[in-house]
Amino acid sequence: MTVTSLGIPRRLLEFTIDGAPVRAPEGSTILDACRSAGKDVPTLCQGDTLTPKNACRVCVVEVEGARTLVPACSRKAEAGMEVRTDTERARHSRKVVLELLASSVDLSTTPEVAGWLKEYEAKPDRFGPDAARLDEEPRIDNDLYVRDYDKCILCYKCVDACGDQWQNTFAISVVGRGFDARIAVEHDGPLTDSACVYCGNCIEVCPTGALSFKSEFDMRAAGTWDESAQTETTTVCAYCGVGCNLTLHVQDNEIVKVTSPHDNPVTHGNLCIKGRFGYQHVQNRD
Amino acid sequence: MDLHFGDSKPTDEERAAVDTLLGPPESSWEGADRSDADLRWARGGREARERRDLLLPGLHAVNDRIGWISEGALDYLCRRLTVPPAEAYGVATFYAMFSVKPRPATVLHVCTDLACAAAGSAELCAGVEARLGLGSGVSVERSPCLGLCERAPAALAVKAGDPVRTAVSAPATVERAVLAASSPGSAPEEPAAALAVPQAGDPSLMLLNRVGVVDPASLDDYRAHGGYTALRQAFAIGPAGVIREVTDAGLVGRGGAAFPTGRKWQATASQPDHPHYLVCNADESEPGTFKDRVVMEGDPYSLVEAMTIAAYAVGAHKGYLYLRGEYPRALRRMEHAIGQARARGLLGDDILGQGYAFDIEIRRGAGAYICGEETALFNSIEGYRGEPRSKPPFPVEKGLFGKPTAENNVETLVNVLPILTMGAPAYAAIGTGTSTGPKLFCVSGSVDRPGIYELPFGATLGELLDLAGVRDGLRAVLLGGAAGGFVRPDELDIPLTFEGTREAGTTLGSGVVLAFDDTVPLPRLLLRIAEFFRDESCGQCVPCRVGTVRQEEALHRIVERTGADAAADITLLREVGRAMKDASICGLGQTAWNAVESAIDRLGAYE
Ligand SMILES: Cc1cc2nc3c(=O)[nH]c(=O)nc-3n(C[C@H](O)[C@H](O)[C@H](O)COP(=O)(O)O)c2cc1C
Ligand code: SF4
Ligand code: SF4
Ligand code: SF4
Ligand code: FES
Ligand code: FES
Repeated sequence: MTVTSLGIPRRLLEFTIDGAPVRAPEGSTILDACRSAGKDVPTLCQGDTLTPKNACRVCVVEVEGARTLVPACSRKAEAGMEVRTDTERARHSRKVVLELLASSVDLSTTPEVAGWLKEYEAKPDRFGPDAARLDEEPRIDNDLYVRDYDKCILCYKCVDACGDQWQNTFAISVVGRGFDARIAVEHDGPLTDSACVYCGNCIEVCPTGALSFKSEFDMRAAGTWDESAQTETTTVCAYCGVGCNLTLHVQDNEIVKVTSPHDNPVTHGNLCIKGRFGYQHVQNRD
Repeated sequence: MDLHFGDSKPTDEERAAVDTLLGPPESSWEGADRSDADLRWARGGREARERRDLLLPGLHAVNDRIGWISEGALDYLCRRLTVPPAEAYGVATFYAMFSVKPRPATVLHVCTDLACAAAGSAELCAGVEARLGLGSGVSVERSPCLGLCERAPAALAVKAGDPVRTAVSAPATVERAVLAASSPGSAPEEPAAALAVPQAGDPSLMLLNRVGVVDPASLDDYRAHGGYTALRQAFAIGPAGVIREVTDAGLVGRGGAAFPTGRKWQATASQPDHPHYLVCNADESEPGTFKDRVVMEGDPYSLVEAMTIAAYAVGAHKGYLYLRGEYPRALRRMEHAIGQARARGLLGDDILGQGYAFDIEIRRGAGAYICGEETALFNSIEGYRGEPRSKPPFPVEKGLFGKPTAENNVETLVNVLPILTMGAPAYAAIGTGTSTGPKLFCVSGSVDRPGIYELPFGATLGELLDLAGVRDGLRAVLLGGAAGGFVRPDELDIPLTFEGTREAGTTLGSGVVLAFDDTVPLPRLLLRIAEFFRDESCGQCVPCRVGTVRQEEALHRIVERTGADAAADITLLREVGRAMKDASICGLGQTAWNAVESAIDRLGAYE
């Protein structure tokens, strides 16, 4: 018989969200509790497989007694907390943050943002036509993926996925400071000169499409990318004995990209270069 | 960790700069030539990785010697420390004093910040640039406040080499700044620190009583003037006794946040996790602030003694003095004082024969205001980008290297000396009920005697300005620095206490009092403040990273406009400012809009 470890039993904390009493296990974030209570709080830099850097600040909520708003994605729930998710104050900050982001980067491939811009009545145009933007050309320096930093919101997810949270390669970091801060590899060179091992785990976590498969980038450019026409099939990688789960995204009978289920206990969404990019032989029909 | 290094090699000089700091490499794993032994054993990994905190000193070593940091030098440093080059590049590009692009060996930092702007830094810059054009071997860089506001306008020359040479020119003229840049070795000595203290020699001073009286280089002189009696008293009453005295004295932090020091020390001392650390925040990059510099230059042993007492109270055996990179003289004085104290058994394994061990390491900042924020400062010491961490957890629980840490401002620490020598009740009797003791104020701008003033809490703004000889035509006073707020000339009866300024809807901050007369164009000043925060934002969170830019743009648009023409942009400023205050990660973004907001509301800047 196998015994599943349940870990140390966790105490339940009692507190309120929008006036209603809720209970959440010790260690949960406010966001966890909101989601289990069926409350919707927008998030951008939070990711299910990473410790959030709480940098985007769209998830801010009001906590009774706190001087400033707090990020729901990373603040741990405490017993007796009174959390308000939808006050005028929190909505104002979310609206302005969305405006600031949308005025400075291209959010056209960021899911859900269009809906939030509408919901919060954000008007990114009001900063005027001269508002500073990134305005960078996509960097295409290898055959596997493209870095389009014009779409980067500096959520730090790729840095964390490449660094100490998953891959331990440390090829990516934030460079510069303030509005000039950018994601880059060492010496801001091409990817091919960097420490990158092409696992693609950064693409897996990027919320905006700033990092994307070359296949997806090319198809988008050609106007042939059509998510509604794609099927997803999850299978087991055949390359080695680790046994990672692969999700093949297929459009018109061609694999267009490979991801991995985030809830898989082996990969947590991560793969290596072979599992992620080594699918050409499957489609070789000669 | 997969460490990947490119093909760039360091020059001999770059290698020497790194090896002088770290010693010669022991194996090819660390960047030495390959030897037979390297084929049989591998060293590195964990053991070497623990030296990550030497990254900032390493970057300084290269930048000091060469003037900039090349790919080869950075890669070599990374090999020596087992740091991924991408991360080190991220760190090197974070600091204003480092360059990863070639530049001349000499850099002249010309201050263009508030006090200097009012004293004509624009003309100074133009004049200096006209004289030191391309090919002069000098790179002229506009700088935020150099902490020399009492002698505005100011310039600092740094000439790379072995050793690096620095020269300060303040008050600067074009001739003197050019001279400092072209031969920093022979530039005239700076005026004594005491000249920044108009009250110097006044026997009633408690914090500045030795500035200008003792020889800052002499430990004996320090002792002859009462030095080290407070430490003896600390040993007599024990760590808990020290914390009790500091708590009873009602000491609150002087670094800007006004947190009760006794509570911070108690919380640190009682943490079960060890080791504990003490950090002295001597980053002082708030525009208009220069008090910590004057204390370190004029009475350096007092800080060594105060740090020893604080460490003893919180149970720390190691302390870091994080000293602003633009303070060459304070650095020399503190290095000397720490060395002398160590040689005489006042730092080290057995201080004063009491069996207590404590030592101080100095860490130089490299041009980043944000590194004054307490958690950003920890990251900076640890060799990471100086980005603030989210709180909680608070430093008293998880601070430097993830361990319980008490971090205090220089002025806060030196207050502990009179508390221990005169006793808590006598100290608490000074000032007001909730703001006790003496306070240092940095007065500059339109006054005849700019400098550091020491007054008991409770004196009014008007009294302070009278002491400093405020000039006619006062238009506004900036209280608390760029993160503080403006007040009007008819509000000079504001008592200079934490509660008094709060009641008046403003803040005492770090004790800045910058006076502006009506010759100073207010909109330009506000633009400079906005530019400062945009430049100094770490870039981590959206409200601050983008918000500071959008605010600066709006201020540019309305620089020549008033009334209805400015209304839409003022609404925009307010909305962005509110979100920055509410949703930014750290105090920089939360306070960046304060001064401009107060100028609009209290001074009617655009009416
Ligand atoms: C952006 C920013 C810059 C700061 N700069 C300084 C500084 O230069 N010196 C300082 O002592 N405190 C500075 N602080 C305050 C510190 O974070 C911290 O509160 C202080 O060092 C604690 O010491 P105290 O309790 O003795 O005041 C700064 C805070 C922020 C948010
Ligand atoms: S590239 Fe993507 S994952 Fe990386 S910081 Fe930018 S938005 Fe985030
Ligand atoms: S993705 Fe890589 S590690 Fe995982 S099974 Fe395939 S080859 Fe092995
Ligand atoms: S508020 Fe500004 S300085 Fe502070 S963490 Fe955010 S971006 Fe960095
Ligand atoms: S999702 Fe919480 S700060 Fe970004
Ligand atoms: S030194 Fe120039 S403003 Fe402080």
